[in-house]
Amino acid sequence: MQNWIGLLPAFPLAGFVLLVLSRGRMSKTAASFIGAGSVGLAFVLAVLISIEFLNSGAQSFSKTLWVWMQVGELDTGFSFYLDGLTLVMILIISGVGFLIHLYSTGFMADDPDFARFFSYMNLFVASMLVLVLADNLILLYLGWEGVGLCSYLLIGFWYQNPANGYAARKAFVVTRVGDTSMAIGLFLLFSQLGSLNIQEILVLAPSQWSTGSGMAVAASALLLGGAVGKSAQLPLQTWLPDAMAGPTPISALIHAATMVTAGVYLIARTHVLFELAPSVQLLVAFVGLATLLMAGFTAMMQRDIKRILAYSTISQIGYMFLALGVGAWSAAVFHLMTHAFFKALLFLAAGTVILSLHHEHDIFKMGAMRRRLPVSFWCFIVGSAALTALPFTSGFYSKDAILLAALAHPTYGMLLWVGGVLGAFMTALYSFRLVFVVFFGSSHYAAHEAAPHDDHAAVVENTSPAMFFPLLILAGLSLFGGLISVPVDAVFAQSGVHEEAHVSQFLHTLMILIPILGVMISWLLYGSVPYEKAGAHLRQRLVQSPLGGWLNRFWFSGWGMDKLYQTLLVQAFLMLAHINRKDVIDIAFNGTAFVARFANSALVLTQTGNMRWYAISLVAGLVIVIGLGVFR
Amino acid sequence: MIVLALVAILFFGGAIAWASEALDARMPRAVALLSLLASAAVLLIFCFSSSPGVMLAGGQWWVLESWAWIPRFGISLLVGVDGLSLLLLLLTLFLGLIALGAAWNEIQERVGFFYFNLLWTIAGVVGVFTALDLFLFFFFWEVMLIPMYLIIAIWGHENRAYAAMKFFLYTQVSGLLLLLAILTMSYLHFVQFSRFSFDYFDLQNVVIPGALQTWIMLGFFVGFATKLPIFGLHSWLPDAHSQAPTAGSVLLAGVLLKTGAYGLIRFTLPLFPEASADFSSIAMTIAAIGILYCAKVAFAQQDIKRLIAYTSVSHMGFVLLGIYAWNLYGLQGAVMTMLAHGLSSAALFMLAGGLQARFHTRDMELLNGLWVKLPMLSAMALFFTVAAVGMPGLGNFIGEFLSLLGAFQSNRVATIFAALGLVLAAVYSLWVIQKMFHGQLRVPSQYASAGDLTLIELLCYALMAAGLVWMGMYPQSFLDVSEVSLLYLQSLGGGGE
Repeated sequence: MQNWIGLLPAFPLAGFVLLVLSRGRMSKTAASFIGAGSVGLAFVLAVLISIEFLNSGAQSFSKTLWVWMQVGELDTGFSFYLDGLTLVMILIISGVGFLIHLYSTGFMADDPDFARFFSYMNLFVASMLVLVLADNLILLYLGWEGVGLCSYLLIGFWYQNPANGYAARKAFVVTRVGDTSMAIGLFLLFSQLGSLNIQEILVLAPSQWSTGSGMAVAASALLLGGAVGKSAQLPLQTWLPDAMAGPTPISALIHAATMVTAGVYLIARTHVLFELAPSVQLLVAFVGLATLLMAGFTAMMQRDIKRILAYSTISQIGYMFLALGVGAWSAAVFHLMTHAFFKALLFLAAGTVILSLHHEHDIFKMGAMRRRLPVSFWCFIVGSAALTALPFTSGFYSKDAILLAALAHPTYGMLLWVGGVLGAFMTALYSFRLVFVVFFGSSHYAAHEAAPHDDHAAVVENTSPAMFFPLLILAGLSLFGGLISVPVDAVFAQSGVHEEAHVSQFLHTLMILIPILGVMISWLLYGSVPYEKAGAHLRQRLVQSPLGGWLNRFWFSGWGMDKLYQTLLVQAFLMLAHINRKDVIDIAFNGTAFVARFANSALVLTQTGNMRWYAISLVAGLVIVIGLGVFR
Repeated sequence: MIVLALVAILFFGGAIAWASEALDARMPRAVALLSLLASAAVLLIFCFSSSPGVMLAGGQWWVLESWAWIPRFGISLLVGVDGLSLLLLLLTLFLGLIALGAAWNEIQERVGFFYFNLLWTIAGVVGVFTALDLFLFFFFWEVMLIPMYLIIAIWGHENRAYAAMKFFLYTQVSGLLLLLAILTMSYLHFVQFSRFSFDYFDLQNVVIPGALQTWIMLGFFVGFATKLPIFGLHSWLPDAHSQAPTAGSVLLAGVLLKTGAYGLIRFTLPLFPEASADFSSIAMTIAAIGILYCAKVAFAQQDIKRLIAYTSVSHMGFVLLGIYAWNLYGLQGAVMTMLAHGLSSAALFMLAGGLQARFHTRDMELLNGLWVKLPMLSAMALFFTVAAVGMPGLGNFIGEFLSLLGAFQSNRVATIFAALGLVLAAVYSLWVIQKMFHGQLRVPSQYASAGDLTLIELLCYALMAAGLVWMGMYPQSFLDVSEVSLLYLQSLGGGGE
């Protein structure tokens, strides 16, 4: 089975090719079978490979499909490398990916570009699988750019609306800033170590660089640049909220479960480099901490159901970065997995809500949907509980591991822990705010407003099997996924980090209780019956006070970073481009032509054939020459 | 005989094409097709029959032929084909066929003379890629330019006279410098060996004192860099491209620009190693500036062909960067970029030409949201744009990645700035996609009935797309061909890290 590892990305890639060649003329049934079926096949294969791999007891397995580039010392192949970390990733990608594909066959059923949608989705899954299977950084970069391209194509899937196009371009360009940093990192690694094979680098780097050496710092910092771009961490997080313009299954697959966690994967994969550069590793922790808090506060202020989830994703990836930063590699991967379950669940449930309410996104225009959308309601309850890390859900186990590891950090343990717990409190607030506002209280939904052309638009929850089944499975995984143990111990065996910390019972209890407290406060503010009056009144007061109003706007805008980049970079570039539209170099050369022509016409004037004119100029010349001679 | 056969087929094919117009207006293109296919067949038979792999082990040259021409001045018909030449010859003939496909229905006036010029341009390029006698090289250099001048001047668009004159002046002035430098080299050979010679291998033995070497090197550099073009000498290109007929743009972008890069690799650096080594940091700086500057200017353009033209200059910066890195990575990167950019830019120009043929405008403000109306054409545009952005898996990535990888080893600062070009490439490319293909449909109403791709177009795009995928997924088949030649040239240029 392992020898067929090349087929893993080949299945979805073949699906992509078939769907593209059909040029939209394929029936929706056939397109569904190809689109979802190819990913399903990949999942089955992934499971078979996993069973064989785990039974074999080997640490790793690698296979070269063909030579890619062989130039001088550079020797890269289309080579795949399988170990515990890869295994977790391929199972998430193909498994969650399959469920989301299945859901999409229902969600996108009325879309005229059905086949195009599935072709991009399949290409995405293929690229993502290459990303995690790659045994060298160039092949990883291929997957890395490939998922970025698919993300661009799918965010802008409904291309007739220019706003979607803007969001798509923003996502691609912002992440490309990170990608370029990563590419430079590859050049540096290659120029210093003479290899881009990941396993070779992990062996060569410690033997050539001492801990904290400049090269190790530079290389890991450049890779970190790529990771923050892809994983939407500070300061490159601004693209992800806008990326919600894409169809909701995309948000679930790309912008929650898989692609955005590629940065976490990259750092975990190259963890040896980060251990060689403790300053950068600490930076990873603080980037994670700052991001998780920033995104948590911002999520509190959003009204758009998908933007809340987007900021929540940024925040949760912040936790993963925090874990990476304190060297809790397997906790990061564990949270990556549980997050993939519950965030995919939340997004798909949000998709059902949005579809049932005729593309209404504003949570304050929903309300009391508990009875009308029971399936979505229960999915949201389960997903939010896991997101909030309420005890015994999957998120509980993974977040617990991260916070304990943060506390164990020798110098900044307490700071990182307090920040993380504060973030957990915020998580409880914003996720249950969403649940209470949408599903409790009284209904603010006005069908005619959301669907003006459909007078009889009723709220009917779509519970076709294709959409119900994935929700059910994901809900199960969100609840019980914490019991899965990720087989990554062997991958991080060499790293000398002690993840189990001796923490006082008091702190541990506090850590468990704080999210519950958050849920209760959220209930008081948004869920309880008097909320309609008191909660609304309180919020009104807060927003009207100068500081509250400013904070509200500041947090709502994602801490003003969009505006900052807009002014500093985008406007400046547009202005530069505009003033030099005609290319100053061209003008300079045309200037030469102009001077030549002018000189020509000026000289033509002198050749008038007029005797007096010649005589005068002759005399004038003589006078000047004599004058020069006399007064010299 | 192979080179002679190639050039002869194209020269005579051109002449026959012109003459055949008297019989039927459709004859010239048929003759052109036949002669291009015949020359391609000759080249392919050569590729497979002489089993290059075996001969490669022995020497760098698979073919080296010489006939006397003007013995008194040491001028001979010395031609050779090595791996580098072979790849570029294949590209030339392939794009010659593509250009023919682009012209097939577009050219309706003076058809015979057009195909005459087309074939003679290609013949000139074939000569440039094979001549090893510098006088012969210069002869072909001119042969390739004058028909191209005519193509722009006669079959071009609204502002063709200006564009053609600009093209002509730039290439002639820089060609003059090149000629002066070549003559000086020959004279130096006369001084040192008491006979004139234009032979590439003879001239390698000429010892050139320091300052003079810099001046001669600059003569070669300017001659080739104008053609590439580099930043600062590029302003002929947007005009020439936007005014040329589609087939002209395809050949210009796909092939003619590459002759400049070829000249740098084949002549400038190997003949003047010391001067070039001193010059390399300047050249790499120019490359980085060009990449960023032209990407920025491209973004501001409204004329789609001008935009693609500026992106061409920007991408050629990666070639210059790779060449002056002067290590195997950079050189292989430059060659791969030449090949891949040859296909991707040719395809993009052909798409722009196709849009102009359909809607009679190149103004991006007037053409929006074409995906709804022309899904196949738009999908092709998306594919080739994505290739040009440097998406891994397609040829352009291999070239740019290797160029930067090599350049990083010799000049980090320039490389880092050049790498920022990857971001700007995304900015302008996605803007074009947004503007022209996404969004709400809007086209000039009188041409609203324009149809999607024709069969010929589809065939051309499919071939080019397949080529880019091949280069991107299995570049080794190209890298293997050029490696020995590049190592040889690198050893002449005193490189080798």
